[in-house]
Amino acid sequence: MQLTPADVRKVASLARLKVSDAEVASLATDLTAILGYVDVLNEIDTTGIEPMVHAVELHNVLRTDSLVESLPRTAALSNAPRSDGECFLVPAIIEA
Amino acid sequence: MSYDVIIGLEVHVQLQTQTKIFCGCSTAFNPDHPNVQTCPVCLGLPGALPVLNARGFDLAVKTALGLNCEIARFTKWDRKQYYYPDLPKGYQISQFDLPFSHDGWVDVVVEKESGDRSQESGEVAQGHTIRRVRILRAHMEEDAGKNMHDESGRGRDSQVDLNRAGTPLVEIVTEPDLRSSAEARRFLEELKLLLTYLEVSDCNMQEGSLRCDANVNLHIHQPDGSKVPTPIVEVKNLNSFRFIEQAIEFEVARQWEAFQQTGIRLGAKGGHKATRGYDPDRGVTYPLREKEEAADYRYFPDPDLVPVVVDDAKLAAIRSEMCEPPASRRDRFQSEFQLTPYDAGVLIDQGRAMADYFEEVARGCGDGKQAANWITQDVLREMNQRGQSITEFAIRPDVLSALLSRINGKQITIKSARDVFASLLAEADESTGGSGQRPVAPQAVLSVSRIDEIITAKGLAIVEDTGAIDAAIAMVLSRGEKAIADFKSGNEKAIGALIGQVLKQVKGADPQAVREKLLTALSR
Amino acid sequence: MVSNPTALPLSELIAKLEAREFSSADATASYLDAISQRDPKIGAFLHVDRDAALRQAEAVDAKRKAGQPVGQLAGVPVAVKDVMCAAGQPATCGSRMLKNFVPPYDSHVVTKLRQADAVLIGRTNMDEFAMGSSGENSAFGVTRNPWDTDRIPGGSSSGSAAAVAARMAPLALGSDTGGSIRQPAGLCGIVGMKPTYGRVSRYGLIAYASSLDQIGPFATDVSGAALLLEAIAGHDPRDSTSVNSPVPAYSQTVEQPLAGLRIGVPVEHFAEGLDPEIGRAVREALAVYKSLGAELRDVHLPHSKYAIATYYLIATSEASSNLARYDGVHYGHRATEFGSLVEMYEASRGEGFGAEVKRRIMLGVFALSTGYADKYYTKALQVRRLIRRDFDAAFADVDVIAGPVTPTAAFKLGEKTSDPLSMYLGDIYTISANLAGLPGISIACGFTAAGLPIGLQLQAAPFEEEKLLRAARMHERATDWHRRSPAIAST
Repeated sequence: MQLTPADVRKVASLARLKVSDAEVASLATDLTAILGYVDVLNEIDTTGIEPMVHAVELHNVLRTDSLVESLPRTAALSNAPRSDGECFLVPAIIEA
Repeated sequence: MSYDVIIGLEVHVQLQTQTKIFCGCSTAFNPDHPNVQTCPVCLGLPGALPVLNARGFDLAVKTALGLNCEIARFTKWDRKQYYYPDLPKGYQISQFDLPFSHDGWVDVVVEKESGDRSQESGEVAQGHTIRRVRILRAHMEEDAGKNMHDESGRGRDSQVDLNRAGTPLVEIVTEPDLRSSAEARRFLEELKLLLTYLEVSDCNMQEGSLRCDANVNLHIHQPDGSKVPTPIVEVKNLNSFRFIEQAIEFEVARQWEAFQQTGIRLGAKGGHKATRGYDPDRGVTYPLREKEEAADYRYFPDPDLVPVVVDDAKLAAIRSEMCEPPASRRDRFQSEFQLTPYDAGVLIDQGRAMADYFEEVARGCGDGKQAANWITQDVLREMNQRGQSITEFAIRPDVLSALLSRINGKQITIKSARDVFASLLAEADESTGGSGQRPVAPQAVLSVSRIDEIITAKGLAIVEDTGAIDAAIAMVLSRGEKAIADFKSGNEKAIGALIGQVLKQVKGADPQAVREKLLTALSR
Repeated sequence: MVSNPTALPLSELIAKLEAREFSSADATASYLDAISQRDPKIGAFLHVDRDAALRQAEAVDAKRKAGQPVGQLAGVPVAVKDVMCAAGQPATCGSRMLKNFVPPYDSHVVTKLRQADAVLIGRTNMDEFAMGSSGENSAFGVTRNPWDTDRIPGGSSSGSAAAVAARMAPLALGSDTGGSIRQPAGLCGIVGMKPTYGRVSRYGLIAYASSLDQIGPFATDVSGAALLLEAIAGHDPRDSTSVNSPVPAYSQTVEQPLAGLRIGVPVEHFAEGLDPEIGRAVREALAVYKSLGAELRDVHLPHSKYAIATYYLIATSEASSNLARYDGVHYGHRATEFGSLVEMYEASRGEGFGAEVKRRIMLGVFALSTGYADKYYTKALQVRRLIRRDFDAAFADVDVIAGPVTPTAAFKLGEKTSDPLSMYLGDIYTISANLAGLPGISIACGFTAAGLPIGLQLQAAPFEEEKLLRAARMHERATDWHRRSPAIAST
């Protein structure tokens, strides 16, 4: 699987990563090498094998619907890069 | 050229749990105090982990059972990945390929002339028919927070409030079975009624507990009998019945217009599915900029959450919590209590508490029609005058049914019953200083026995004592009134005056009985 | 004051604290001095709050003095990898992205340490977001191997391993996603253990790959690892994947040898790629077990050669999602130069993440993207089950599986940074345990001619930590590798 710079840019935009031209070039090389390596998995016939999502396969882990104290607002906003003391602030979201 | 309107809905319903779907924060609606109902989990802080709210899952299953859906015995949680400031983790925990329920239906009574009738399933009230709306799937997911945009248009910063982030939602997806804006509205009204009866959601649209996206397009009839579909448009975030109707009507007109001008059909170049918003002020839909150009949500199973397995015992337990759905209850009110579709409808639409109230009164007095008349007229009127709900209304069903029994038992007249009804309410108002609030203990104030006390106090009881009546008649006739002559000379009406005079003498006498006695007396 | 507490084995340190031969404040002070003396040459710590640590120690001393009951780690300094949240302390994950992040809450393990009256002595350096096998991927400088400061200590729990090896802390916590505890423990000549997935709560552990991450102990000897594991293990209702089963008294049973121990020797782990020096040391360790009456049996793990490919698809897919939250909106680095919201995301993430993290996010996003998810992500999940089945079959016949931790001893700083793939291949022997969810432990079993530590890895069936620790202790008691410490530890 050969990744072109165009492929890399498309993935980078999906990943919301700003990448320099230099990074695009090295990423194309590295990712192509890694994808080439992982192709060994195609040697294995996995028809009918149930994918294993969890290392320990539990089910029905639930909590009761009872209130737990929330964080004070100051704590909730304490790590915000920008806030007005009430809300997180972000650059204007263009809706339409 | 004519066309069919094809509508499918995606409805988001907030489940009425006390806490959020994956953490212990409150779900209370609290827009005035942003970011006070958050914790590491719903803030998406590094290291925090979700744990499923058991009550939330049960309410979701209850919802799906109400929609006649199949309940999956194995369901799991997936991450839907996109970037938006109201989504702190960069993904929404939702359900992708294995939703907890699928393949249900909701029957809606719609006007006959609307839409094509291919799916009619039996007649109902005159000019109406039942439209069966199929439910494709219902899945659970977490709500996002709220972005507040700078309205000044000067492009200042947007604010983000995460109080709502993590609120439990069920997304209900219908098949494109609706054929007009009116039908869409009817479906949503019926859905809201069902969900409030089931007590799974308050469906408060102002607070966003019930939100709707509408997928709309037209199938345009061709001369050769074929139909051409116009590009599907998804109108997002409609939060009132009126807006939903208006938005769909605007879309229908817009798409018809557009097709006549461009002839672009679904799937053709420029005919891909589009997303639009609705502006209630201008009454128009407008194109929305996609959240993610070339959206690729990269769904995959959430490794932080484990699957849910639903066994028979679980299903039985939830079924036992179910109540009779409004639609079948509406039918039963007609068959069991001989109500008109209209009266049954009025009672059912008032909500589950009113339906229960009616049923208790109807059973108590054994006369459904009588009960319906009193409740849809007298009770509703007095209730609304006092701004009360039926549960706050001072006259409880046992008292009202006792009162109505007195009428059927010929112990008092309907007129007297209204008198007693009014007196009871007057006493209740007094006990609450006329505040209209429900008395502390209404039964204490307004017991069944109180009815009879008022009847005697006001001497409203129908008098069976024929002696007294005979005496009164003899007395009235002895006066040799003009009315007697008139009657004898053939003026039947004249007897009314005589009845009135007798009744004046004997309070609570049954007018019918008096009339008969007078007739026999006069015929002598 | 008696001999420098940092030179004592943990058991003696605890004995002297209990006997009040010296106070926790004294012990903590000596460790803090050791840090200020030795760490400039090592780079194991990112954050040390001397006063806070001493205050904790004094509080424990006061408790003891007042005769109040104290926890099982009373007054013992413990270093914590900078990936586990402690309220009010920085948690950078070795990333510029979280340079200024201070969590408002405690992770489950930190709560457990507080309950055990341990002293939180400092936050240890690590490969950024636990992505790396060398300790070179930290945004705040490399960590060096105490045995040879020109070499890597291993990773991603580089700082925790180096801190314990250099006796700057008697105990430390690390996290292991593909070998990040066992590999640096092996390369630093100490004990490191990855428990069964679900044995220790992940609540408050900043996620790399959620279905593989597990927190575990570092110590200079097996009983120390047993003690620390006992303190942090157990069910936590805040972690849906935390298993609700009782925690054995590991520290009590660890001294009991296992009669008739059956040791599986995976043929695949002694094939080409294994440095002869390492192979020799590991075989000697097996011989030690034989002399102790254990039975050696060959076992086969036919799918182990697919483990690295499987791991790098699953781990990066989960990571690409787990790290999506770092977008400069609610916490973490926000760029200053951007136009639109989308540009803010891209610039903040582009500046905040290092090269290896970006590489893995990119790989993961690609492996999950439309048209490729089945070929890469789902395929890897299927192979993962086959790898687990290999182990289930093997453990039907044996109690533990023994083999090398790494194919080579610690390599030189910078030796592999230009070739990510060759770096990944070094995880060949440790990665399967994470995919299968098994417990594994790394203990010292010798040294290379160049004087670099060599590790022996033991693995067991799920929740057989007790068996694993007892087996490890058998070897330790019969040898003295664990008594050796690097020269820097006696400066």
